[in-house]
This record gives sequence, structure tokens and C-alpha cells, in this order.
Amino acid sequence: MADPAPFINWSLLALSPPGWGGVLLSGLFNSIQIAVGGYSLGLLLGVGGAFGKLYGGPILKDLLECYTTIVRAVPELVLILLLYYAGTDLINQALGLVGLPSVDISGLAAGIFVIGVVQGAYSTEVLRGAIKAVPAGQIEAARAFGMSPVKVMGRITLPAMLPYAIPGLSNLWLIATKDTALLAVVGFSELTLVTRQAAGSTKAYLLFFLAAGALYLALTLVSNVFIGIIERRARRGLVKAA
Amino acid sequence: MTIPPPDETTHAMAFTPEDLPTAASFFQPHRILLMIIFAGIVLSAAWFMRWDWLPQYLPKLGWGIVVTLAMLFSTAFLGFLFAVPLGLVQVTGPWPLKLLASGFCTVIRGTPLLLQLWLLYYGLGSLFPQFPEIRNSFLWPYLRESWPYGVAALTISFAAYEGEVMRGAFAGVPAGELEAGRAFGMSRWTVFRHIWLPRAIHRALPTLNGETVLQLKSTPLVATITVIDVYAVISKVRQDTYLTYEPLLLLALIYMCLTGILVILFRKLENRIPTRGA
Repeated sequence: MADPAPFINWSLLALSPPGWGGVLLSGLFNSIQIAVGGYSLGLLLGVGGAFGKLYGGPILKDLLECYTTIVRAVPELVLILLLYYAGTDLINQALGLVGLPSVDISGLAAGIFVIGVVQGAYSTEVLRGAIKAVPAGQIEAARAFGMSPVKVMGRITLPAMLPYAIPGLSNLWLIATKDTALLAVVGFSELTLVTRQAAGSTKAYLLFFLAAGALYLALTLVSNVFIGIIERRARRGLVKAA
Repeated sequence: MTIPPPDETTHAMAFTPEDLPTAASFFQPHRILLMIIFAGIVLSAAWFMRWDWLPQYLPKLGWGIVVTLAMLFSTAFLGFLFAVPLGLVQVTGPWPLKLLASGFCTVIRGTPLLLQLWLLYYGLGSLFPQFPEIRNSFLWPYLRESWPYGVAALTISFAAYEGEVMRGAFAGVPAGELEAGRAFGMSRWTVFRHIWLPRAIHRALPTLNGETVLQLKSTPLVATITVIDVYAVISKVRQDTYLTYEPLLLLALIYMCLTGILVILFRKLENRIPTRGA
């Protein structure tokens, strides 16, 4: 019969160095940092992309279409590898051209960049759908009052599309938190990779992977509480969908 | 608190038949210009980059694509078989089963697939050899391989996402249709087989197809547990030749072609099923 000791050796999860709890928590902190950074960058790209796709010229529209198509058709893992190597390489080549020494791009910045580019394509699609759901009359009314396009965007389009965009955007946030796990493949020490290192050096695989799973799940559940609050706030005053 | 329904994002994220270009859309002046520029980029990539490794690895690449597709279709099929009871139980089951099914979906959808995969492969994989009963069973030769863990993880993940979709689809079938079936004297099983399930699948079909495209994008993860799919073959090329971009660009191209073919097949499938009205 198997020895059950490895299952219940809770001291491995202790926060101080003989235990690996502190390492796991710092990994979780890294994951959250990347998720927040990547999601914010993705939102910026998404707002730009959505407006470009709806109101841009034909060439801009086609280029954005290529961007979203490629991101939606190629696995995140492949994109992360490509962007990770290409991104750091391009920056160093650009620095070389102007005669500066090459720099070591921090894993954090590279991670935020790759997650942001991937998220940008998804949020472009989500926001485009939401903007199209805003009644055209409201935008026309704002134009008729003489508002500039930027003002129309800030005062009418963005606030009015929010209730339509929030379910999609909240799902994107949950996807961002889970996509950070893929950075383990390029060696960034976020939660999944440090879990594997901890498990590998203590041989308590189940314990550590289950603990990391609990951390990810807690992150998702806490996010869901906040998403619920935001959603209720954004939908106040709207008729409930049948 | 439940995770919001996945439909909106699935449609935003997955490449769907509506995204396919039509033949006429290629013949606009600015598109022809863009395509010429793009063709120039492709040609210069073919000319200036190193592709001499390609013929040598071609058979392995073909085999890798076969493994990727086998992973995709087997896990999508198995996952769907699990998803139907998962969805059904959440709509009509007794509360303990309902709780269990929705808990399963929440846990699987709340954790990254890579972590689940490693939990199964390293966790269970390190656990099994400790039990002589398992070591002596007929399953052992398979459990020593890595692909069963990959299939298991991808199937579980697909089942959880699909279970959520099927729950919505089962709940969305109008009650009148089921009552009409009952009024004609059909048994509950006949109603399920002839009315409820086909109608639910019909309603969920676009979402199911979108999820299958997303599943294709999840398959390269199995390369991290030493399954030799097309992604693993490309990783091998990168190790052997020290090339960074060429193999990865080819890999991206392969996945784009696979996605395109999959989406075209799904459009054919969706067009074959008659839909009355909107």
C-alpha cells in the first residue's frame, strides 16, 4: 500500500523558506501583475482597434482584420513564443541601429507585452460588437449638438457601450489570468512554473499542483464577485433582458 | 456566483464562419495593393530566410499534424459525450448532482489548462507507480505513455466548457415542444432522444463549433508533456537548427491553415442543417 505521508505534509506549504508557500504566493503576485498589465494594454489596443475597425479607412480596417484573424487562428502558445523572441529581438536590433548597447528585457515587461497583444485582438472584437449595439440615434444626436468625434467617444459611445461590453470583457479578464500560465513555457516564474519547480524538488506533485489550482480558483472567484458588482452598477437603469 | 455565460466571448474569440472572406471581397483596389505588398513580404521571407531544413523534417511534420488532429477530434468527441450529461443534470437533475456538475464546471473553468495537464501528468503519473494493483493491470502500458494524460486533460477541459454551453442550450428549448412530445405519449427517454437533445444541439451548434476551434488552439499544450504533435516537431527543429523565426512562422501558418479548413467544414455542416426563420 502506498505511503500517504506526501499528501499531508502541510509543512511544505509553509511561508518561510523550508516550505514553498512564500514562493507560490510571489508567483501568484507575478501572475496577477502580468494579468493586470496585459489586460490594460489589451483594453487600450481593443478600444483603438474597435474604433479603427468601425470608423477607419479601408486599409486600416483590413490591417486590423488581419491582426484579429491571426490572433484568433494561431494558438496562444505559438503567439507567445513568436512575440517573446521577436519583441525582445526587435528592440535590441533597434537599439543596435542607434548605437546603444543591447538591453535585457525584463520577463515582466515581455509578458505584459505578449498577453496584451493577444488580449487586444479579443477586446477589439468584444468592443466592436458593443459599440455597434449603441443606438445610432444617440451618436447622431451628439454630433448634431456639435460635439467633436473625441467628445462623442468620451461622453456617449464609451459609456453607452459599457453594459454590452462588460460580460465579454469580464470573460477576457478571466482568460487573461489563465493565459499567464502559458508564460511558464518561456521560463517566466509565474505561479504555474514555480509550482512545477516546487513540486519537482520536493516530489510532492499532487500537493503543489492542487495548491496552485486553489490559488487560481480563488483568483477567479474573487474576480467574479467584483465582476458582479461592476455589472450591476453598469446595468443600473437598464431594462432587464427577458 | 457563477461565471458569466461564455457565448459572447466564444464568438468574439473563436474564428467563426462569418469571418471567412467571400470571393468578391478580394477584388477591391486597395486589397489588391495590400495583397501585392503581402506577397512581396512572403516571397522575401521565402528567399532571405533559411528553409533548407524543411525537406528533412517534412515526414515528421506531417505525422505531427496527424497527432494534433487526432488529439483535437478525439478530445472534442469524448468531451462532448461528457458535456451532454453535465448540461442535462444542471437543468433537470436532483440538487446534489446539480451542485456537483456546476462545481466541476466552475473548478475546471477557473484554473488554467496547463496546470490541469501538469497535475494529471506529474501528479497522477507519480502516484500510479506506487500502487501494485495499477502496475499489474492491463492499463499500465498506456499509463506509462504521456498521451493518455493529454487526452484526459483536454477532454475534461472541453467537457467543462461545453457542459456550460449545453446547459444553456437545454434550458433554451421551449417547454411547449417537450410538453407536446409528452402529450403524444412519448416516454421521457423518447422525448429526450427525439426532441430535447436534437433541438439543444441545433441551438448550440455555432457555439460548439467555436469551442472546437478554440480546442485546436489548446492542443499544443500537450507538447509540454512530451506528446509529439506538430508543435513538438517544430520545437525539435528549433533545437536542432538554432533558428528562431522560420520554424515558428511555419507553425503559425500551419495552425492558420488548420483553423481555416476547420471553419470551412463547419460552415458546410451548419448550412446543411435547415433553419426556418431567422
